[in-house]
Amino acid sequence: MNLHIGLKSWLAGSTMLVMTASGAFAEVVYNRGNDGDPSSLDPHKTSTVVEAHILRDLFEGLTSQNAKAEVIPGAAESWSASADGKVLTFKMRAGAAWSDGSPVTAHDFVYSWNRAVDPATASEYAYMLAPVMNAEDITAGKKKVGELGVKAVDDMTFEVTLNASTPYFLEMLTHQVTFPVNKANVEAKGADFTKPGNLVSNGAYTLAEFVPNDHIKLVKNAKFYDAATVQIDTVNFISLEDRATAMKRFEAGEVDTNGDVPTEQLADLKAKFGDKIKLGAYLGTYYYTFKIKKAPWDNVKLRHAISEAIDREYIAEKIWQNSMIPAYSYVPPGIGGYETRTVEYSEKSQIDREDEAKKVLAELGYGPDNPLKMEISYNTSENHKNTAVAIQEQLKPLGIEVTMINRDGKTHFDYLEQHGDFDVARVGWIADYKDPENFLALCKSGTGNNYSEYSNPEFDKLLADAAVEADAAKRMKLLSDAEAIGVARDLCLVPLLFYGYKNVVSDKIKGWEVNVMDVHPTRFLSKE
Amino acid sequence: MLRYVIRRVLTAIPTLWLIVTISFFMMRLAPGGPFNQEKGLQPAIKANLERVYHLDAPLWKQYFFYLDNLLHGDLGPSYVAVDFTVAEKLSLGLRVSIELGLSALVLALIIGGAMGIYAALNQNKLADYLVIATATAGSTIPNFVIGPLFQLVFGLWLVWTTVGGWGDGALVNKIGPVFTLSLPQIAIVARLMRGSMIEALRSHHIRTARAMGLSDWSVIMKHALRGALLPVISYAGPAAAALLTGSVVVETIFSIPGVGREFVLGALNRDYTVVMGTVVLIAIFTIVFNLIVDLLYALVDPRVRYD
Repeated sequence: MNLHIGLKSWLAGSTMLVMTASGAFAEVVYNRGNDGDPSSLDPHKTSTVVEAHILRDLFEGLTSQNAKAEVIPGAAESWSASADGKVLTFKMRAGAAWSDGSPVTAHDFVYSWNRAVDPATASEYAYMLAPVMNAEDITAGKKKVGELGVKAVDDMTFEVTLNASTPYFLEMLTHQVTFPVNKANVEAKGADFTKPGNLVSNGAYTLAEFVPNDHIKLVKNAKFYDAATVQIDTVNFISLEDRATAMKRFEAGEVDTNGDVPTEQLADLKAKFGDKIKLGAYLGTYYYTFKIKKAPWDNVKLRHAISEAIDREYIAEKIWQNSMIPAYSYVPPGIGGYETRTVEYSEKSQIDREDEAKKVLAELGYGPDNPLKMEISYNTSENHKNTAVAIQEQLKPLGIEVTMINRDGKTHFDYLEQHGDFDVARVGWIADYKDPENFLALCKSGTGNNYSEYSNPEFDKLLADAAVEADAAKRMKLLSDAEAIGVARDLCLVPLLFYGYKNVVSDKIKGWEVNVMDVHPTRFLSKE
Repeated sequence: MLRYVIRRVLTAIPTLWLIVTISFFMMRLAPGGPFNQEKGLQPAIKANLERVYHLDAPLWKQYFFYLDNLLHGDLGPSYVAVDFTVAEKLSLGLRVSIELGLSALVLALIIGGAMGIYAALNQNKLADYLVIATATAGSTIPNFVIGPLFQLVFGLWLVWTTVGGWGDGALVNKIGPVFTLSLPQIAIVARLMRGSMIEALRSHHIRTARAMGLSDWSVIMKHALRGALLPVISYAGPAAAALLTGSVVVETIFSIPGVGREFVLGALNRDYTVVMGTVVLIAIFTIVFNLIVDLLYALVDPRVRYD
């Protein structure tokens, strides 16, 4: 490339800008900040919320979510369950079409779900389909692809056989890994099917442009069954990693909304932007996990004393500027029908908690003369560091000498996964779907993410019983009891904070409904 | 001359091989892998992923596999941005980085060069002090200060440029990053140019030229400048390689999709192939620009011959 070409494209670019500014198009464009680039636009190869925001606009699963993140019919217009809850029959929506005009049928879902669990697809989130008969065995290579418990009774009837009645299954179907892909499209284009110009989708929008690390442009899908109600013509998902830049771009009107704000400036930002800053509880928990297999952390009394001495209110307010909420249970509030179970000192004052904690440590023989050494491991981040430093200060009066070690994210989680020799480590968990089981499974014996290596047959049994319980209320009770034992009593992990969503939303965007899933499909939004 | 170029290109091959080999194994020494994340994967799923990307093979096999692909011009797939091959990612990033880097380089050479010459001609006068002060400021204020300041003044207050982003690559998107990239370079070039110009002006052949009654313009532009350019050229080579392959800080501040950001994100994500691809790219750029510098030397300085 030479300077001449560079100059020419500069000029071309500025001409374009003038044309746009003079109002050549009257289309409604929504510039939507996103936390980074998606790892893929193939719904079966993605896992994070960054991708979820985009894929929710591009595709539609059997069920869908409205502006409040409530489950609504999607590609299926209705469904029914067998008496034992194991067989679900979905009636496909009449008139639903792919962006190439072909109808969305039951066969599309048979193909897509088989593809999602196929080991050759190597889907990170294949386990979202684990409730479906044979899914886990197929992914693990123990059963053949095609033996999945799904079938197309006819074009418009899709039947799923589950291992057991799974009350949250409809909720799971809003996750992108259960979305359909177009078989003809995938087979014709191969690995390139996700490229702009190739991708055929069945959602409210279609893919127009993808500039890595910059933006992804989606345009309204005229073939979408509800296209008449979709008000935003174009949505640009803008990849924003630097939060300070993101805030400036919001202020300059270059982005209309963003899902992250610099927490360290939150007080100032709230004063400046008022109710454009939207904070609220989100289904996620920030916790510390002890290496329970290792002395002295195997002592539950000690774990509780440390947990009790941590001033969560202070951390939430001073470190996280109230963008996080103090947590005394593992499962966050906000899941209908579920009663969270908190640690028993949740209602006490911090002074009483500290006194109690001091007593326990003295009983165990720790004190200024015989300090307890504890190392906190966390993944590199300013706020994780500040949290650990605050805890270090709070534990000092108890005669606990805290040291800290930080590693970059990949190293930290690899170390935890390999069951490294840590004392206590920082972890966060964001729910994949609105159900307590999604949290509690992390304390089940042998689960990959059970970093504390807590193992209690009593707890495991309650989860197993809940998994086969058809009655929703009874099931919730079993899960609640499990939390009471595993978390509130045994402290399989130490809940510290509940995550909060941190959105900044321009006044121009209408229809933004705050909700615990932080889900905001573009098709329900409008822009003035 | 041609023989010299061929010899240089041939010696570049073992250099590149060494760089590739060392980076390959160093990258793998870092703990964690592309599939480690906050939400740990189930072992069966992780095994599937590693099989798909041949990461389950012994390291030496992976190395030869990579080398074989590289010789066929295949930089492999990205493990983290799976919709793209490394070649696709880098070519997109390179387009942006080259456009910005080249603009910054040209600006630096012209403005910095002019400033340096002007200062040298007015040594120890006000103009000289002003240039030195500007140059010192330019090279000491870091770009993570200049960038956000630029965004604030020109993006938010005056609204002459965008705050960030590439968009369709419009002029308003480029001014900020180009300015931030070029400022320290202008400073360095100005100082180099000033120093070498002062030295050149003192040399015997310039005294002779003046004694022979040549005009000031002819003395400076024809005789002094040629010699004075040498240090600037030898600086410009590696500087060009660095500028054209992108700057992490500037790209992050202005949300620019260039190669620099690709490299750092690649390393943090353990996206092995992206890191390797970027290393190969930067190595090639460095080798090529050093060669260009050496050839320019011969062009500017008649005393340098490569035959």
